[in-house]
Amino acid sequence: MSTAKRTVRLIAWTTVFLGMGTAAHAQLNVVTTTSDLATLVQTIGGDAVEVYSIVPGVQDPHYTEAKPSYIRRINRADLLVTIGLDLEVVWLPLLINGARNPALVPGNQGYLEASQGIRVLEVPSGHIDRSQGDIHPAGNPHYWLNPHNGLSIAERITERLSSLSPKDADLFQANLTAFRGRLETRIADWEQRMLPFQGREVVAYHKQWEYLTHWLGLKIIDYVEDKPGVPPSPRHIANLIERMKNKKIPALLCAHFTPPKIPQQVAQKTGAKLLLLPPSVTGGSGIETYIDLFEHLVTELENTFEEGAKGGVHE
Amino acid sequence: MPRFCSAMYVILISVGIFSTLPTAAQTRTTAAQTASTQYIDISLDALFSAGWADAKEETIGVLEGGAHDPKKRGFTVQNIELSLNGAVDPYFTGEAHLIYQITPEGESILEVEEVFLTTLALPAGLQVKAGHFFIEFGRLNPRHPHTWNFVDQPVVNTRMLGGDGLRTPGFRLSWLSPLPWYADFKVGIHNANGETASSFLSALEGEEGEGPEFAGHPLIERPVDSIDDLLYTFRWLNSLDFAETITANLGASALWGPNATGDDTRTEIVGSDLYLKWKPLQNYRGWPFVAVQSEVMFRRYEAGAFVGAERNQGSEVFRDWGTYTEVMWGFKPRWVAAMRTEWADGNGENQDDPLRDRRLRLSPAMSWYPSEFSKLRFQFNYDRAEHLDDQTKLAFWMQYEFMFGAHPGHKF
Repeated sequence: MSTAKRTVRLIAWTTVFLGMGTAAHAQLNVVTTTSDLATLVQTIGGDAVEVYSIVPGVQDPHYTEAKPSYIRRINRADLLVTIGLDLEVVWLPLLINGARNPALVPGNQGYLEASQGIRVLEVPSGHIDRSQGDIHPAGNPHYWLNPHNGLSIAERITERLSSLSPKDADLFQANLTAFRGRLETRIADWEQRMLPFQGREVVAYHKQWEYLTHWLGLKIIDYVEDKPGVPPSPRHIANLIERMKNKKIPALLCAHFTPPKIPQQVAQKTGAKLLLLPPSVTGGSGIETYIDLFEHLVTELENTFEEGAKGGVHE
Repeated sequence: MPRFCSAMYVILISVGIFSTLPTAAQTRTTAAQTASTQYIDISLDALFSAGWADAKEETIGVLEGGAHDPKKRGFTVQNIELSLNGAVDPYFTGEAHLIYQITPEGESILEVEEVFLTTLALPAGLQVKAGHFFIEFGRLNPRHPHTWNFVDQPVVNTRMLGGDGLRTPGFRLSWLSPLPWYADFKVGIHNANGETASSFLSALEGEEGEGPEFAGHPLIERPVDSIDDLLYTFRWLNSLDFAETITANLGASALWGPNATGDDTRTEIVGSDLYLKWKPLQNYRGWPFVAVQSEVMFRRYEAGAFVGAERNQGSEVFRDWGTYTEVMWGFKPRWVAAMRTEWADGNGENQDDPLRDRRLRLSPAMSWYPSEFSKLRFQFNYDRAEHLDDQTKLAFWMQYEFMFGAHPGHKF
């Protein structure tokens, strides 16, 4: 058999199987980049949606790998929800290109960047380049760490789910109203608990907690990484330790996926408490919902500042 | 010199385009209020090596047969690659890779390595790639040298797919199947000629340098008379997540095409490839990890009879095979220790042919990544090749890379 005939036969078989790819499904199939988005989609969508999150909560969403199984998920999805602001820039474009799902190409109905309407912090101005480390040109992308922004994300999700599945719009709206009620009650509680600690100064490892501290009225005075994403220089660490001792900084905020060696050293030498915190839902045991995440973060901060007030910091 | 000028011209024009693009909206307060233009992403990657080998320089060129391999004692400009990509319109994305090299003799070369479009909007999991691009045979061939795990390309790739990697103008159709795991099927049709179509209507230059030939069979002019004179490609790639921390890619590939040792002689190459990676769920920037990459290839090459003034050869069939296995261990952030084992051999009287003899190469390597955009690598090669008088050669190479411009995606 000639090569040409062989190839024609192969293409024919391929065509026969094509129909298998277009099976319809009743639920909306949603893929989110992060677990925080997934929990919000599940809250709004309820039984009308099936959600899959690409990045587990214990992982740094900057550095997820573009595994082919994710391509398959996106290929079969009705909606892709992303954080945006270049958080997923290393891996998401490859997945979208590989997925060949025209509905999910940015700009189409199946693609939702949840940052719409968010007040983005730390949008750089002036000259930026890579000698300054991993600067996000579009601003700090960790905006889900302010619960008010979570509400805004939930609203965007409600709008988009409703336009994709108008028959369930009332359900989505009811779920949003219920979620807003629950979240706003808790926000008031968290803000009340953290009120005594307004204006407290802390140090962070990476530029990751700005939305949280901005919301709670805390102040990050310095970072262990002097340039985002770049291992700190010994001189910077020495200066930082001196500064933290002088200012009696009570807490060092650090994502739990950071190698603990350097932050542990800094904490030991300064007496600050090292808080290894989950930046996302499912990032720790018992953190299953968006509300759980903030309950955990607020409790950790509250305990640290209370211990500090009792003189428990500089043992 | 004109080639050098045109290289500089392309680079300067590109830099000009880049400098006029806004990096991003610089004054926005809410994400919804502004837009940034992103018509074209540009990056430049530079790959150099330096080192020493106990082989003579002409032998280094034979042992390191890849076009981007270290070519001499001292320094080699392995590859300067200008990459451009962007959305063409709602239906296509475009991608171009222009490479610039300086040969061991100091001559400048500019090559259009790849320029192709990929469709965005075909239904039913279909995607077409068209233009001039690396044929997706196995794992390494379609990847650019700066993404490789070692300084040089595997012997089996050089022998069967050519020093530059197999790439010719053509198109391919890919289908992401609805099977319950990731299974992607690709079929393609390409030209079988051109200097980057080794094993087909072109061949690697052997040690003799007497004009193009394959294992002593001179290559003849062979025009495209029928569709059998084109190159046909097939690939089936599967990806399986055995656990959230372990992923395996398993592929099978095949090539069918004409070769130029006769009027109707043909070459077939089949191969299979594996990429297995373990990475804990909780990791720091992708570390630690262990990855295994392995390929095996078999080639059947029908060489035609040749009757000439100086030689008179009957037709014969050459069967070759080769394999490599790489193990990479990212033992701490920014560091990767690696080991590559290679074996290649062919049938018949192959012991004097540097492109078909029995060959074993062992290459331990250590890489350090200051950031995602730079790399420093050290590699040692222990090389046993039958055609060499003393059989064993040693080499030590250092490689460094830097990249600037658009952030590159990391293909799994």
